[in-house]
Amino acid sequence: MNYHWNWRIFWEPAPNGTGTYLDMLLSGLVLTIETAICAWIIALVFGSIVGVLRTLPSKTASWVGFAWVEFFRNMPLLVQLFLWFFVLPEILPPSWGLWLKQISNAPFYTAAIGIGLFMSARIAEQTRAGINSLPRGQKLAATALGLTTAQTYRYVLLPMAFRIIMPPLTSEFLSTIKNTSVAITIGLIELTAEARAMQEFSFQVFEAFTAATVLYLLINMVVVTAMRFLERTVAVPGYITGK
Amino acid sequence: MFANFDFDVIRRSLGYLFFDGMTFTLTLTGLAALGGLIIGTLIALMRLSGLKLLGHIAGLYVDLMRSLPLVLVIFWFYFLVPYIGQWVTGSSRPIHVGAFTSSLVTFIMFEAAYFSEIMRAGIQSISKGQPAAAQALGLTYSQTMRYVVLPQAFRNMLPVLLTQTIVLFQDTSLVYVLSIPDFLGAASKVAQRDGRLVEMYLFAAAVYFAISCIASFGVRRLQTRIAFVH
Repeated sequence: MNYHWNWRIFWEPAPNGTGTYLDMLLSGLVLTIETAICAWIIALVFGSIVGVLRTLPSKTASWVGFAWVEFFRNMPLLVQLFLWFFVLPEILPPSWGLWLKQISNAPFYTAAIGIGLFMSARIAEQTRAGINSLPRGQKLAATALGLTTAQTYRYVLLPMAFRIIMPPLTSEFLSTIKNTSVAITIGLIELTAEARAMQEFSFQVFEAFTAATVLYLLINMVVVTAMRFLERTVAVPGYITGK
Repeated sequence: MFANFDFDVIRRSLGYLFFDGMTFTLTLTGLAALGGLIIGTLIALMRLSGLKLLGHIAGLYVDLMRSLPLVLVIFWFYFLVPYIGQWVTGSSRPIHVGAFTSSLVTFIMFEAAYFSEIMRAGIQSISKGQPAAAQALGLTYSQTMRYVVLPQAFRNMLPVLLTQTIVLFQDTSLVYVLSIPDFLGAASKVAQRDGRLVEMYLFAAAVYFAISCIASFGVRRLQTRIAFVH
């Protein structure tokens, strides 16, 4: 293989004047983590609400939940980001569109919201599965005790459901982190984009991508370890998933 | 809001969008699913073979692929495939690889990791009595797998495999990062040429939505039929 390896490239200054190539990659890493956390919060909030909607007895509520999930699940994430980034400002009233276009950091907000809503459909499915996996007796007992529907969810169903779905939520969080790289297409300079930029500046393709790979593996390891700990702490005794 | 919509731009570019773009997307999806399934099954067999070294290598590969974003993997293979080609053909320089081959190799190798997990679950779901009975009949390991275990595992996992293929269909849109004209790439080219981002992206979204919806509806029906036979 006639490729010229140069592992010291990371300590050489990058031509964009922000320090060394390593600094470049690390700033991408920070942006990846920030975007992922914002998207994750949005995904959790909307996902939980929609997941609950789908389990309610009301026909309208469960239809709204169903439509939400199908809408965000049946389009590629890339297309959804394009819709938010390029299409939304054009179809809003002109003054709103102008305001949207003038926001600084638009790729960051678009990515956080776009990826958040995309992931919310998957979280909704997990939440629904968690609630449906509870024995019917739980809901019946809550009703018999005189709890309202809201109270039943707040005090009986959701605390159990969330603890049961912790393991699948871990992998959804990992997907959220990985999905932030799609935002490279709307100009978010996250980790993959920084690695790509480093490759274009320095021609050291494999060093740049190896570094990005190692950083992604590191994030994965940290998340998996932290979540294992959290899963153990909140596990419901007696449930198989709580092993 | 639809007042200054130019629906004609969609009509004018339909031929390019579907004959060039969608053909690329569907061919890539189909071949990548097939290749991914074959390599994925081999990886699953490696993991379940009981040979420690083989199992570890396969496990590492699957874990690596599953912890990396697809966009990064697309870039990796885009630059790596010419060198792999050089190594395979023994030529003196990295060989030139077309956009289609490069993305096909990427998606086969990436999806193989996901398909292998599905096939592994499928193989493990077959009761122990089946391979034991096959062995008692005097079938070799490969005959047991070929005639007894894999057909059942494949059948049980068919809905999951198809769902993964729908995900793959959506993921192929990411070849956009290499400016390859798949369906989305074609739509985006027209959009930028004619300054009609709104129309083209809405249309592309609608097409992806329709195809994925119909496909997942089909998978759901299949699922109930398979569940019925059990």
